[in-house]
Amino acid sequence: MFVVARVPLDAPKQETALLAHALNLLVPMSTDDEFHGPSVTEFFPGPLFLEGTPFEVNRIMLVRFVAVAALLLVFWLGTRRMSVVPGRFQSLVEMGLDLVRVNIADDLLGKKDGKRFLPLLMTIFFMILFMNLTGVVPFLNIAGTSVIGVPLVLAVVAYVAFIYAGIKKSPAGFFKNSLFPAGVPWVLYLIVTPIEFISTFVLRPITLTLRLLMNMMVGHILLVLFFAATQFFVVQLGGWYTALGVGTLAFGLAFTVFEILVAVLQAYIFALLTAVYIQLAVAEEH
Amino acid sequence: MLHAVLSAAAEGGEASPSPIIPAWYDIIWSSVCFVIILVFFWRYVLPRMQKLLDERAEAIEGNIAKADEAQRKAEAALEEYTAQLADARAEAGNIRESAREDGKRIVAEAKNAAQAEAARVTASAQAQIEAERQAALVSLRSEVGTLAIDLASGVIGESLSDDAKATAVVDRFLADLEASEAAAGGKK
Repeated sequence: MFVVARVPLDAPKQETALLAHALNLLVPMSTDDEFHGPSVTEFFPGPLFLEGTPFEVNRIMLVRFVAVAALLLVFWLGTRRMSVVPGRFQSLVEMGLDLVRVNIADDLLGKKDGKRFLPLLMTIFFMILFMNLTGVVPFLNIAGTSVIGVPLVLAVVAYVAFIYAGIKKSPAGFFKNSLFPAGVPWVLYLIVTPIEFISTFVLRPITLTLRLLMNMMVGHILLVLFFAATQFFVVQLGGWYTALGVGTLAFGLAFTVFEILVAVLQAYIFALLTAVYIQLAVAEEH
Repeated sequence: MLHAVLSAAAEGGEASPSPIIPAWYDIIWSSVCFVIILVFFWRYVLPRMQKLLDERAEAIEGNIAKADEAQRKAEAALEEYTAQLADARAEAGNIRESAREDGKRIVAEAKNAAQAEAARVTASAQAQIEAERQAALVSLRSEVGTLAIDLASGVIGESLSDDAKATAVVDRFLADLEASEAAAGGKK
């Protein structure tokens, strides 16, 4: 129970989690009829291969491999034989590619810089998208991004990318623009500069990581909660509780759809923010 | 669940892992996935997409060029037709002009020919008239002579059957007649 309470949650989703917590307490506690709610141990399944080495593989790592394989397959098939007049599948793949190429890279960075950073932005967007979507795929049922590794690695990549972009453009200009914004009286730099430093060089990677991680963790916990409750009401309690089970099942299905939206949205936000950070770093003046 | 966690903690002798402390294998596999996808997009997907976009742009440009070409050809053809039409008009004008001249010439020739024919006909008619007059004159002379002799024979009772005499008489008479006629004509 305490473990459930410790799981960090988004504010809007907190109510539901608290409800689950309350349900947990209300349900008569016997060893047989206990409600098995989700816990943080969901994200640390037992090792499957290479246990104890730095290359340990557990279920979530396997889910990630599946996501990578699916991604490679989709884009290999979609771009294998590209024709000037696209078919249905090619149109779909092109639409996905254009979302990143036009709406993120070209719009924010312009044609030239957009092309430079396009591979990076594409990778970030589609890696997150595919690994997020595994959270709603039956039998995989957990997002590859719901363990900190992927969000952290991608945040570090974004961090390195925007600092590289800024330094490559003009080292002095980059740090001056980042730490000493123009149009501020110099006395205020005593306050502004530390704030800018923390917000630019410390908080950006942290917020990138945590935003994605927490969204996917909470999404998973919500889904597990709804479906576990359904199973508990229908199978373990039965009788009149079945009605409650139907309700929780409906919520579970609704949140599955919601999770698909979140999966796309988080991938888009991550890629978009990376592009924004790069754009701010290469801008002449803020 | 509490029991499960507690038993797990008792077994492992440690608290459940924190979700924001990354494990090494997590970082490593995340990085591997990232590198694979990055290389895939960088080396495979994006060059193909760029190629496609270039081809598409080229196709569009090609179509525009083709349309331009067609437009240019159509304009050239139109110009040619216009020129041909103008030529044809000019030629038609020339033909009309020459036809008019030909017509004039033909009319003039026909007029000349008609006049010549008329003159010829007139001349031949006059010649025939002249010839007939001569013939009439000759026959008249002989008949008038015979009549005159007969008349004179009757008058004088003497046969003037001697041809030589008769002829001489008649000729003299006629010569006198002609002389008197000539004198009359001269007097006139």
